[in-house]
Amino acid sequence: MAFQWDWQVYLNDTGSGQTYLQWMMSAWGWTIAVATLAWFIAFIVGSLIGVLRTVPHKGLQFIGNAWVELFRNIPLLVQLFLWYHVIPALITPMKSLPSFVLVVFALGFFTSSRVAEQVRAGIQSLPRGQMMAGSAMGLTLAQTYRYVILPMAYRIILPPLTSEAMNIIKNSSVAFAVSISELILFAMQAQEETSRGIEIYLGVTGLYVISAFAVNRLMAFIESRVRVPGYVGGGR
Amino acid sequence: MSNFDFSVFTFELLRSFVSTGLIFSVELTLIAMVGGILLGTLLALMRLSGSRLLEIVARIYVDGLRSVPLVMVILWVYLLVPLLLGRPIGKELSAIITFTIFEAAYYSEIMRAGIQSISRGQVYAGQAMGLTYAQNMHYVILPQAFRNMLPVLLTQTIVLFQDTSLVYAIGAYDLLHGFEVLGKNYGRTVETYLGAAVVYFVICFSLSALVKRLQKKIAIVR
Repeated sequence: MAFQWDWQVYLNDTGSGQTYLQWMMSAWGWTIAVATLAWFIAFIVGSLIGVLRTVPHKGLQFIGNAWVELFRNIPLLVQLFLWYHVIPALITPMKSLPSFVLVVFALGFFTSSRVAEQVRAGIQSLPRGQMMAGSAMGLTLAQTYRYVILPMAYRIILPPLTSEAMNIIKNSSVAFAVSISELILFAMQAQEETSRGIEIYLGVTGLYVISAFAVNRLMAFIESRVRVPGYVGGGR
Repeated sequence: MSNFDFSVFTFELLRSFVSTGLIFSVELTLIAMVGGILLGTLLALMRLSGSRLLEIVARIYVDGLRSVPLVMVILWVYLLVPLLLGRPIGKELSAIITFTIFEAAYYSEIMRAGIQSISRGQVYAGQAMGLTYAQNMHYVILPQAFRNMLPVLLTQTIVLFQDTSLVYAIGAYDLLHGFEVLGKNYGRTVETYLGAAVVYFVICFSLSALVKRLQKKIAIVR
């Protein structure tokens, strides 16, 4: 099959005074923006819910478990439509929110259930003596979590958190469904306009691979910085 | 707060709009599960084969697919397969091909972990009995690996079922699409999106409860 490459397609004008390359770069920016902001929400909410699932209080545990089950058992795309169509109908002031904000919340809350699961597993993997040691020192429950449990738990779950951070970039691709101009939407529209789908898709795929690799290296860097000698692969 | 109107959820309307989509979603899940596990097992065997070439090929396949969003793969297959075949294929068939290829990468990682969890003694025992590599795998290693990994394989299948909603990108008629068409036809999109969420939740929640029970049963045996 004689296929002719045409990489110059990236220098063509999109009709609005920018090239396809510039458009792709701005789309990459939207992908990174959605993923990064959603990661903050996922990390904070996920940590909170993960902790709730381990505290000695049945009611709080139930809330934590219900949260995880709710956000884990509905497809992300459907959750996005809930944020986009259903919640604004229930809470009318939310109608004025731009869809970017809704995507960030949808992706953030979805990922929070996965982070919560990791945080819970990390906390429960610690020996029970840690918690007891905390109370023996006269720390309150909150202090024990803050100074004894969580610093170790986070270090233990860094590898699974790394894959969640890589997942969130991939999952940010659902934002195309509510017309956020991120990489997938760019790929679809540019493919349609230029009919050079293979070149366009290769570019977008490459950017996803680069992003995932960058997150992986960043987390590896954090992992090496926070390593505690004598624990989880630390020491030497 | 707007007034909800759930009158679109009649048996007749659900049957004509949603059931086609539900059937396709389930069909897609089952085909991709069977195909993905078969192809995934093959990839796992390639990675553990000891042959450098097979190992690299399988590694590129698995790591490559795992670093790209599923939606991107859906678009790739929808673009490339018709070009290679020289004729258009349906959205649904394209989705089936995509999910089989894509899920194989994830299933292969599960199978690899499963095979590696079998103790070396089992491999040696097979060899001592004079079994060839293929026989050893077929009669000794894979049945145990498969059994150990069954809960994880099923959990991955639940994730797969949720991911089928992403065929939205090419407009294939799945469960979500069925609800969407129903909602748009009767001007009740809020209710139908909510309905879709409830259906997905009920299916996935009950399946994962079943997997949890299975996991307990299997855990005792080991």
